[in-house]
Amino acid sequence: MTASGCGGTGRELAQFYDVMRLGAFVTRSITMAPRAGRPTPRMAETPSGLLNAVGLQGPGVDAFLEQELPWLAERGARTVVSIGGGTVAEYTALARRLADAPGVAAVEINLSCPNVEDRGRVFARDGSAAAEVVASVRAATRYDVPVIAKLSPDVADIVAVARSCVDGGADALAMINTPVGMSIDVDTMRPSLAAGTGGLSGPAVRPLAVRCVWQVHAALPGVPIVGMGGVTTGRDALELILAGACAVAVGTALFHDPYACPRILRELEELLQERGFDRLADAVGLAHRPPGSAPRNRTDLEESSL
Amino acid sequence: MAGSPVQVTGTVLTTRRVDAYHALTVVAPGIADRYRPGHFVTVAVGGPTTSMLTRRAFAIHDVKPDYGGTVELVFTVRGAGTAWLADLRARDTLDLVGPLGRPFPLPRDPCTCVLVGGEYGSASLFSLGDALQQRGCRIDFVLGAAGADRVFGALRARRMGETTTLTTEDGSLGMRGRVTDVLPGVIADARADVVYACGPMDMLRGVTAVAAEFDIPVQVAVEERMACGIGVCMTCVVPVIGDDGVTRMVRACTDGPVFRGERVRFDDVGTIPFDALGAPGGRHA
Ligand SMILES: Cc1cc2nc3c(=O)[nH]c(=O)nc-3n(C[C@H](O)[C@H](O)[C@H](O)COP(=O)(O)OP(=O)(O)OC[C@H]3O[C@@H](n4cnc5c(N)ncnc54)[C@H](O)[C@@H]3O)c2cc1C
Ligand SMILES: Cc1cc2nc3c(=O)[nH]c(=O)nc-3n(C[C@H](O)[C@H](O)[C@H](O)COP(=O)(O)O)c2cc1C
Ligand code: FES
Repeated sequence: MTASGCGGTGRELAQFYDVMRLGAFVTRSITMAPRAGRPTPRMAETPSGLLNAVGLQGPGVDAFLEQELPWLAERGARTVVSIGGGTVAEYTALARRLADAPGVAAVEINLSCPNVEDRGRVFARDGSAAAEVVASVRAATRYDVPVIAKLSPDVADIVAVARSCVDGGADALAMINTPVGMSIDVDTMRPSLAAGTGGLSGPAVRPLAVRCVWQVHAALPGVPIVGMGGVTTGRDALELILAGACAVAVGTALFHDPYACPRILRELEELLQERGFDRLADAVGLAHRPPGSAPRNRTDLEESSL
Repeated sequence: MAGSPVQVTGTVLTTRRVDAYHALTVVAPGIADRYRPGHFVTVAVGGPTTSMLTRRAFAIHDVKPDYGGTVELVFTVRGAGTAWLADLRARDTLDLVGPLGRPFPLPRDPCTCVLVGGEYGSASLFSLGDALQQRGCRIDFVLGAAGADRVFGALRARRMGETTTLTTEDGSLGMRGRVTDVLPGVIADARADVVYACGPMDMLRGVTAVAAEFDIPVQVAVEERMACGIGVCMTCVVPVIGDDGVTRMVRACTDGPVFRGERVRFDDVGTIPFDALGAPGGRHA
């Protein structure tokens, strides 16, 4: 599947292949009102990484429901709608607007938004604020539409935030959103991004993503995790799956290779086959098994599968 | 869709130096067929294990039908990505996506056009000139740069254009100064109906102001930092006034790079104008 904010409206990728072929299309985070985002430059390349400060530019929920969602539904894309807000009430209102819209496969809550009621502290840093958002979005969403809470790695204890979100009613967790980074242009001696800081993505953050998925899966093995952060190949996707993710999203890699999603899926299928897995589910969290318990051959793997 | 982009692994046919620039010809069939003047391509740099995640954007200078279709790029070495490109040799491969962006609109009836290029910006003007001449238009060139070796395509301009005026800031070629110093004279002499321009933002702002004085339309091709080039990342936005009079932050890669000059709010590039749609604290927020 695509990572939020990295697949445009879907139409852009559809120039290259059918969006129905994606496991799921995750929209950029939708806000109530249209947002112009941050000034440019909005991006800076770093070694194996990308800093971005787009600032949730988007047309607002009305235009999204009118122009973007119906198009995705028509194309048969499984659409996960990401929502972003500044207050619990805004998230709730967004969830209500989505509740009657056809074609929403799941709602993903982007918790890395500044909470305007808490001096701009992002929701994802505070377990109780995150849980409050999750609970009210869950209550406003149709019972058969899963709610996914998307976590930030910029926290002291990601397991605690994950647990609060699950207690608040999250059906699944997505991780990781971009950690905050910065780069300074030594020629101009100014920050490279107009906004100063930005979110770091790409392979540079993959070890961070693996660690977060690993810790949360270890603590909450029954909760489905959508893993993301720096996935550019099937091997990278498998790494997150072995850490405990049951689905993998691809973001920055799409900028380099518009075909990244179908290519990574193909590579992953080949890797799973080579290793003798019949189903992806058998590989989920497998790296957690005690050392030496499962040599890499088919029968042993079957015994050790969850 | 005729204009829809493709990804191809092209083979480098030739590399050459043109004054301060590098020119790279790559066999890229699907891209050459779909090309219109003003289109650009993005290339992956650094090879298969690269740590450079974003593709680099380059205007297409020329396409030729040889070997099923070739495209030529002209570039200057700026950082690590363009340095890697400059080291490519014939028979190396290059991953390209294109053609991208909205090309230059062409006039329906023959008219007189002034083509203004700054630095490597002139690279995209020659195929545009060809297309205009095929429609019976008269074309005049104004090319400028910091110094003589950075004025791209002066010879070709002299061959194609009714007149060609060159400017350099150090006076090493043509008139000393900037393109905007000579542009009013060229427009007046040619009785130009329209201006096309490609080059640095500052130059485009100046050219747009001159065209506005003469009350003639101007089409500009802008350059903004791009991470994807295909419209998915929203990093390349510029403030542009829409048909409804509302300013929006639009993507230079898919809504541009060619815009009507008078619609681009050059003074506000690099900011979010307070009256833009969705601006913080703005009237639509
Ligand atoms: C539509 C378009 C057409 C262009 N056509 C040409 C051309 O014909 N010839 C030419 O020499 N250059 C052209 N450029 C500029 C070219 O893309 C940059 O010079 C190049 O990306 C620099 O890469 P680098 O790795 O050498 O530099 P670095 O500074 O190391 O690049 C770092 C990052 O910044 C981005 N970046 C830096 N400068 C620019 C810039 N000016 N525009 C866009 N992204 C930038 C790069 O893509 C990269 O992600 C064009 C840019 C655009 C947007
Ligand atoms: C340009 C850009 C825009 C993004 N926009 C959003 C967004 O709107 N909402 C969100 O939840 N995450 C957003 N993200 C974060 C990604 O969804 C993803 O969590 C992160 O980039 C890590 O994955 P990657 O390394 O595969 O890109 C964005 C990332 C980038 C690079
Ligand atoms: S470069 Fe990504 S949207 Fe324009």
